[in-house]
Amino acid sequence: MKHRNTGLFLLAGILVALPLLLPNSYYYDIAIRMAINAVVALGLNLLIGFAGQVSLGHAGFFGIGAYATAILTTHFGWHPLSALLAGALGAAALAALLARPIFRLRGHYLAMATLGLGILIAMALKNEAAYTGGPDGMAVAPMSVFGLQMDGEQQWYWFFSANLLFSVWACRNLIDSPFGRALRALHGCEVAAQVAGVNVARYKAIIFVFSAFFASIMGSLTAHYVGFVTPNVADFFYSIELVTMVVVGGMASVFGSVLGAALLTALPQALATLEGWETVAFGTILVLFMVFLPEGLVPSLSRRFAGRP
Amino acid sequence: MSAQFLQFFFSGITVGATYALSALGFTLIYNACNVINFAQGEFIMLGGMLTVFFVHGGLPLPIAAILAVIAPAVVGILLEKFAIEPAQGAGSVSLIIITIGASLVIRGVIQIWLGKGAHILAAFSSNEPIAIGGATLLPQSLWVLGVAAAMVIALWLFFRRTVAGKAILATSYNALAAQLVGIPTQWVLRLSFALSAAMGAVAGILLTPITLTSYDVGIMLGLKGFVAAVVGGLGSGLGAVAGGLLVGLVEAMSAGYISSAYKDAVPFVLILFILFFLPRGLFGARITERV
Repeated sequence: MKHRNTGLFLLAGILVALPLLLPNSYYYDIAIRMAINAVVALGLNLLIGFAGQVSLGHAGFFGIGAYATAILTTHFGWHPLSALLAGALGAAALAALLARPIFRLRGHYLAMATLGLGILIAMALKNEAAYTGGPDGMAVAPMSVFGLQMDGEQQWYWFFSANLLFSVWACRNLIDSPFGRALRALHGCEVAAQVAGVNVARYKAIIFVFSAFFASIMGSLTAHYVGFVTPNVADFFYSIELVTMVVVGGMASVFGSVLGAALLTALPQALATLEGWETVAFGTILVLFMVFLPEGLVPSLSRRFAGRP
Repeated sequence: MSAQFLQFFFSGITVGATYALSALGFTLIYNACNVINFAQGEFIMLGGMLTVFFVHGGLPLPIAAILAVIAPAVVGILLEKFAIEPAQGAGSVSLIIITIGASLVIRGVIQIWLGKGAHILAAFSSNEPIAIGGATLLPQSLWVLGVAAAMVIALWLFFRRTVAGKAILATSYNALAAQLVGIPTQWVLRLSFALSAAMGAVAGILLTPITLTSYDVGIMLGLKGFVAAVVGGLGSGLGAVAGGLLVGLVEAMSAGYISSAYKDAVPFVLILFILFFLPRGLFGARITERV
């Protein structure tokens, strides 16, 4: 375990060095979005990659956080931190409430149920226009905590970078803990895990609640960062993008999620120059990735270069 | 039975029939290779958009419609050959992403080629509403119901009476065993994709005179078809038809009696509700898993 933290230091190094290469705030913005998506994808990877439970509606929880912050700070004058916490607790409570019935389902039925959940959240945000501003969205005040106001891309960049580093560190510790081993066990074989004393239903519920909590917090922070929320934050397509980040990077690979998130965030920006063809190009690249690297980038590459199984 | 109820019933059963066709498409591909084809909605879109394109190009409707069924079927075969087949052995989540990638490609190409606007298609026969019991029924609804019913019966006969149909069934029960008795399973896969795309395209053509079409209608229609397939229990043909009609009816009733703002939400509420009580849908096999 000597090199256990090499990856973490490498990531920290990249995050520190990156500002030297970022010429203007547009690139800062992309880097920030990468970091945001990476943290959400990490949480989702715990659920999909490690516990083996697919969720096609995760953007819903992100949306709950974003709108909790937007609505509670704007309409009710709440403090940003309490709004963030309320959103995260709300998302966690919803996840906890639905965990039992949802995780009785398997495979494509589970995919259907989580997809439905995400779509319902997005539709509620779109239709309750009195509070949410409807499809046009609503503005969010900047975040100020303890007299410190967050503004400017650079400040946010350091904030989200620290956030990402902490999340990576926390995820890796979680995975190596008895809890993480239990998750991987139930991914391998639920019955065997149960025989070994893992309370399968409980563990699935906990990790679902945990990743919903994660996603909601990131949603709140994103709302403050962007200064504006639209129902698109909870969109079906964002859910799919998140799952794609996890899969492209590599299921059950912490750094895979970070890499996948970075790639899939940068890709649409890079393709924007294609004038109309970006959707076609994006779809083609998705298909090619899945066909040629079905295991994801990090697992495939590490196998090729390290010769490890 | 009030006239209002009858009116909602008519509109529900019409839309439901197209959901049923779409759900049958999901079921066909699911049975053939265990893939949920999220590009199914794009076949529906292709059917409608291509018909509009060919009709505007001056072709008579029947020929335009036939071309608009054949073209998506070819797209379905290409999808199978170039995206699904090379990825065999990939996990179910990877396969979902592949079909979503394919749907983006199809949608993107149509958006570039035919633009973002909404398109109209004239009704197949007259536009004169037929009055029944105080409610009105559009002749186009009769077209939808009639063609959908014919398709379902034709599909049933295909599976019961033809060698090709039985080959598909055999492959869906056990692909390895089917291969051992000499069924070209690769060919069966392609046929399933072609059939599924054709079913979707027919649904799209039938629906277009009622609801308009544009490059992005496939997203919601496809998802509702998926809901219908799951409501009935994935893999069950009867379930797909029943699921489609049920989703259409519940949607129309709640749009009429409760709120039309949440019309699109109804299928998803329905599916969550059903899955919470019947984890394998209405007609899904009750399987006990062996360890």
